[in-house]
Amino acid sequence: MFGKLTLSAIPFDQPIIMGTCIVLILGILAILALITYKKKWGWLWTEWITTVDHKRIGIMYTLLALVMLLRGFSDAIMMRSQQVLASSNGHGFLPPEHYDQIFSAHGTIMIFFMAMPFVVGLMNFVVPLQIGARDVAFPVLNSVSFWLTAAGALLINLSLGIGEFSRTGWLAYPPLSELPFSPGVGVDYYLWSLQISGVGTLLSGVNLLTTLLKLRAPGMRLSMMPVFSWTALASNMLIVAAFPILTATFAMLLLDRYLGTHFFTNDGGGNPMMYINLIWTWGHPEVYILILPPFGVFSEVISTFSRKPLFGYRSMVVATMVITLLAFTTWLHHFFTMGSGADVNGFFGITTMVIAIPTGVKIFNWLFTMYGGRVRFTSPVLWTIGFMVTFTIGGMTGVLMAVPPADFVLHNSLFLVAHFHNVIIGGVVFGCLAGLTYWFPKAFGFRLHEGLGKAAFWCWFVGFYLAFMPLYILGFMGMTRRMNHYDDPSWLPYLLVAEGGAVLIFVGILLQATQLVWSIKKRQTLRAGADPWDGRTLEWSTASPPPPYNFARVPQVACIDAYWEAKQEVTTAPEEPFEAIEMPKNSGLGFFVAFFAVIGGFGMIWHIWWMGILALVAFFALIVWSSWDENDEFELSAREVALFERANPHAA
Amino acid sequence: MMRKSTALSPLARLSIVMACCPFLSACTEGVLVPKGPVGAQEKQLLLEALIPMLMVITPILFLTLWFAWWFRSSNARATYRPRWEYSGAIEFSIWMIPLLVILFLGSLAWIGAHQLDPYQPLASKRKPLVVQVVAMDWRWLFIYPEQGVASVNELAIPVDTPVSFRLTSATVMNSFFIPSLGGQIYAMPGMQTQLQLQASEPGNYRGLSAQYSGAGFSDMHFQVLATDEAGFQAWVERARSAATPLDATVYDRLAAKHESSGVAYYAPASGALFDHAIDHATKRPESTSGVSASNPGTTLSSAGSEH
Repeated sequence: MFGKLTLSAIPFDQPIIMGTCIVLILGILAILALITYKKKWGWLWTEWITTVDHKRIGIMYTLLALVMLLRGFSDAIMMRSQQVLASSNGHGFLPPEHYDQIFSAHGTIMIFFMAMPFVVGLMNFVVPLQIGARDVAFPVLNSVSFWLTAAGALLINLSLGIGEFSRTGWLAYPPLSELPFSPGVGVDYYLWSLQISGVGTLLSGVNLLTTLLKLRAPGMRLSMMPVFSWTALASNMLIVAAFPILTATFAMLLLDRYLGTHFFTNDGGGNPMMYINLIWTWGHPEVYILILPPFGVFSEVISTFSRKPLFGYRSMVVATMVITLLAFTTWLHHFFTMGSGADVNGFFGITTMVIAIPTGVKIFNWLFTMYGGRVRFTSPVLWTIGFMVTFTIGGMTGVLMAVPPADFVLHNSLFLVAHFHNVIIGGVVFGCLAGLTYWFPKAFGFRLHEGLGKAAFWCWFVGFYLAFMPLYILGFMGMTRRMNHYDDPSWLPYLLVAEGGAVLIFVGILLQATQLVWSIKKRQTLRAGADPWDGRTLEWSTASPPPPYNFARVPQVACIDAYWEAKQEVTTAPEEPFEAIEMPKNSGLGFFVAFFAVIGGFGMIWHIWWMGILALVAFFALIVWSSWDENDEFELSAREVALFERANPHAA
Repeated sequence: MMRKSTALSPLARLSIVMACCPFLSACTEGVLVPKGPVGAQEKQLLLEALIPMLMVITPILFLTLWFAWWFRSSNARATYRPRWEYSGAIEFSIWMIPLLVILFLGSLAWIGAHQLDPYQPLASKRKPLVVQVVAMDWRWLFIYPEQGVASVNELAIPVDTPVSFRLTSATVMNSFFIPSLGGQIYAMPGMQTQLQLQASEPGNYRGLSAQYSGAGFSDMHFQVLATDEAGFQAWVERARSAATPLDATVYDRLAAKHESSGVAYYAPASGALFDHAIDHATKRPESTSGVSASNPGTTLSSAGSEH
């Protein structure tokens, strides 16, 4: 009846896990009680859970990312503490079977459930506003995408209290992840949660790609599209091309584990190295899926706060598209040490380095955007400058490892760990946090407290260097990643500094939490109009927060930085009357699909087959039901539009 | 094949020392303190790539901070050019600078990949010592086919003699790495990889698995004993006196155990066992829950003479 699931799946004997679970359960119960007490269930259902408004979906993605940042960060600080306590073959406070789950969960959650939702959330919120569209191309599908991502996140977090998580690292290399070596449910939790959220990401990619190609405001040719939208276009092209590889690879591993096939097993003619090739043909483009939209954020921020157009718009666009193409040509540099031979290694070393050319061009473009500008040192600008410095260093260490013989001595070491945190924190996280601060007033109508934001930046920035520069040195000293304990006492001082850095980043996160709460409390004093930063692109031309339809009148575009140019001319054209707007209705489809995805995923993980079948039937019924629902739109009358627009005066 | 000499010009040597000051003061062991020619060349290549890059990015970092500061909005002396967004000369330069750097580094990568190909035999007057390496959960088995001995978790090599490793894995993927001697290579089940290393100074070096391979991964390290020829012969004799033969049965029992262990010696041991190891890894495991089963019946400690 319940497959492999018994009461013993709950780790009652593990005080750390049980303590965490109790706190989490109490926290969730408190939130549920508060919602009930405030009678907010109806509001939550109609305004958020069933919403198909891209802005609210974007906000929910971002919220998910921030919550998962906390989860992933707790894993990080536990790893750092373990390595400090486990010096000279002391065994620390985490036995390998627990520690191995923690580093696997840290990587998986940070990439798939922190960075991805953050980037997708920003794109969801900003792209339609920036290209003058009223919503994404498929609003209901957008809601389905979000809820599938949330379902994956829920499933992966269930593994904390029910059963165990994978102990195979964030990419679950076989044969370690195959049944003979990982017989538990950990790898199944990993695979099913990523399969579910992966489908969500792919659908979101299709959606945003269609939006960018088909729904741009009249007159906005591709060559006039804001740079953030360009990077979103590139990122979503990569999602559409790369995520099916991930899904297919995981599907093969699932078949190995569930039906006894031999795609990646040691026996039966399987080839584990094929998995490693496949996973990195997804994995390397994934890096650019994550970093390109933050490149777009930095472009918007640096241009807006320098009060200048971006230097070399064409170069920037060309560089972005070159990176997009080359993203698929470098995957082998993740395993130069497989013994591929000098020609193959040499080839992939060069293709990897070639990506540094367009990336270098971008750095220069941002540099020359500041030249001749009037730079305002707001917190988004601090994140941007912090990024330019940090990312340049991270890029250099990356190019260093593209030299195959250098990689032979640095591969799998803490040097590698330092390198990819250098580009992911310094690039993706800094970019997302810059974007969060930059577009926050657009989303909510008030700014975030600047002082706290700047303090948080400095904690993150200094904390990052303290946490990861020692890891570069440890890599040179021969310390490899994923060590539970070690016997070389000379590593300890560096690990202590790294621990200090992690604590400083934690202070930064606390400051950001304070900033959020403080700003919400004092929102009356932080009120921002439609255009708080003197912006250049169309999202600043509508009210903050924007109405559900984004633009009462669809903007006409004739140049780059359309809104900036519009602000330069005083138009006295008579106001046209408002028109009625066709709007998509709320839909519970996404929520219900995700609900059954969790049921189905959980059933498959624990071999409770009837749950899997039930979820499949329910899923099919939901799709049929929603496909024949023709009553999915409503009309917002011209009078209602006019009422809103008069109540929220703004520039356009 | 030609190998580049490790001699450097005084200027290069000075810049290397300066760049590595914070590292060298701390490192007593590791890839920046190589104890063999392969490691030395890999380190040299690493620095040949790193130093030019540092020379390029340092001005960029400086310019970033300087432009941001000089063009701050409160600086009335800075010229504001609200419409300046294009310059052909600058556009040309910002594509050319990274292009030239990458042209240089790309050549370095291509030449380096060929010169330091881990499969290429090392140039030496001495005949290479052949060592067959099997990664197990979570131990290293070293078979010396020419000496007819085998050891667990202890690798003895004579200095100034090329060592030609053949590697495979009995279970999952691992990476064979001796940071002091040079780069690593994967050990993979059912497959064979090769690696050439050489020690130029006697000493005890740390060897380890650089690829996470499960619960016992952190203890999967071994001692490298680099000695002179006489010392190596003495070690072989000691191993021979173990008088515990390593045959297919003993090997299979050893491979089925999932635990880390101390040092053990086996003799006689035949090189044919390595082929058996490659083949054995591709056979269907006896039980699908092999990880937790630690075969209490077998007594490994009596099979090999524990050190």
